[in-house]
Amino acid sequence: MRTAAAPLAFGLIVLALWQTLCMAFHVPKILLPAPSAIAAAFGQNIPMLGADFVQTVLRSMLPGFAIGSAAGFLVALMVDASPFLRRGVMPVASLTGALPIVGIAPIMVMWFGFDWQSKAAVAAVMTFFPMLVNTVAGLEAPGAMERDLLRSYTASGRQTLEKLRLPAALPFIFNALKLNTTLALIGAIVAEFFGTPIVGMGFRISTEASRLDLDVVWAEVLLAAITGSALFFGIARLERTVTFWRPAFQFSTEKDMH
Amino acid sequence: MGEALRRTLPVIVVVFGLLVVWYGAAIVADLPAAQAAAPGTAPAALVGAALALERPLVPAPHQVAAALVGGIFQPITSPHSLVYHAAVTASSAIVGFAIAFVLGIALAIGIVNVRIFDRSIMPWIIASQTVPALAVAPMVVVVLGNAGLTGLLPKALIAAWLSFFPIVTSMVAGLRSPERLQLDLLRTYCAGSWDVFARLRWPASMAFLFPGMKIAATLAVVGAIVAELPTGAQAGLGARLLGASYYGQTLQLWAALAMASLLAVAAVAAADLARAVLVQARGGRL
Repeated sequence: MRTAAAPLAFGLIVLALWQTLCMAFHVPKILLPAPSAIAAAFGQNIPMLGADFVQTVLRSMLPGFAIGSAAGFLVALMVDASPFLRRGVMPVASLTGALPIVGIAPIMVMWFGFDWQSKAAVAAVMTFFPMLVNTVAGLEAPGAMERDLLRSYTASGRQTLEKLRLPAALPFIFNALKLNTTLALIGAIVAEFFGTPIVGMGFRISTEASRLDLDVVWAEVLLAAITGSALFFGIARLERTVTFWRPAFQFSTEKDMH
Repeated sequence: MGEALRRTLPVIVVVFGLLVVWYGAAIVADLPAAQAAAPGTAPAALVGAALALERPLVPAPHQVAAALVGGIFQPITSPHSLVYHAAVTASSAIVGFAIAFVLGIALAIGIVNVRIFDRSIMPWIIASQTVPALAVAPMVVVVLGNAGLTGLLPKALIAAWLSFFPIVTSMVAGLRSPERLQLDLLRTYCAGSWDVFARLRWPASMAFLFPGMKIAATLAVVGAIVAELPTGAQAGLGARLLGASYYGQTLQLWAALAMASLLAVAAVAAADLARAVLVQARGGRL
């Protein structure tokens, strides 16, 4: 609890400062709404925010996240089976990390239409490569000593994979999952800038911003922030439970972020 | 020779395989449109027609390459010049990266040296990454527009916001990388905290800074592109993407995307170059 006090205090100070400055200098709403105004907008628009949440998070982001991550994992297993393929795929897959993949959004809208399918497709493509690269790297993680031990047990390739290499890859896989929550959310929201039915967090942010309803925009951003954090910490929590054997989780009580 | 081939051959095979799949997809996807345009054509000619459509559903690789080259070799004043649009995007990406670089390193130094900074700010920096920053882009552009700031600066600020995080985290990790033993050695020399910083922490941090810088460079380009989307910007690769998707100009769209990829690769290459220069200056080590 003590470790949460300092960041909490800092957050409260920033909020208080923000509120005071807005009230003291009568900052116009179209520049920066006060935290109280944002909270009020959040409270008043619960049904609309709920509909946007369903459209963007439940319909677009989560299916894309699941499809992209699962496909990346499966392709990684296939690539791992052949050293030739691994040497060929990895440089290409790593290169995609440097590319602005979110730019495929207009192409996906053209292919899959305005509704959630195109957004899920963007999220799937964006999450595919980090999972592929991380899983392949994770399967390589066990050292020669561990592999030799399993070989001395005459373990088959499949047994080595199940007993040694997949567990060793788990930290890498969770790393990709955490990264992918943010990527999928960004993909789903940005894809809505290129055309959507009239619901969704990205749609709402861009239309309300152009109508200068900034408190509503901030409320959507707040919703996105809560969603992103909840997913991130949910997966971090799962990681702790599943990979409880890692030294980082056994000996440290303070730094549970990494 | 053998080693080089062992490394490059698999990559060549995979890239070739991807091109084959791409051509296959282009033929399958565009055949119906070609058929509708010219019913009764012989199948062989139909494949050729499918790969030469003006607005294909899936453009073939050579079509994208031709559109890219055509866009690059326009006169730079033309609104169709991809070099012009890339330069607009690159300028806001560069300014944004520079802002993030200076602020990020300054904050990292603060976090490493001042305990209360570390305890109170670091968790927020990590938490800020779970917020989809790109979603805030339209608002930042509109708000700064109201405040009288238009043009390059709002886009640069979005690019800066995105590239800020990898710089801070890699720099914090780098400044903390010296080990007890090394710190103790400096203490036996009676080194003050400035000497510890200038002679040990700062030089040690560079090995960590560059991987973060590469990520930051990519993110600056992505941020600059996305910042151009919601504002009805007239110039820049993001504006080009949006315009092409509005008018269903698929070839323009793919060419703009290819140009954006080239720009991102160039940004990463620039970070690598900076690293190589520093390694050279330090006599072959980082």
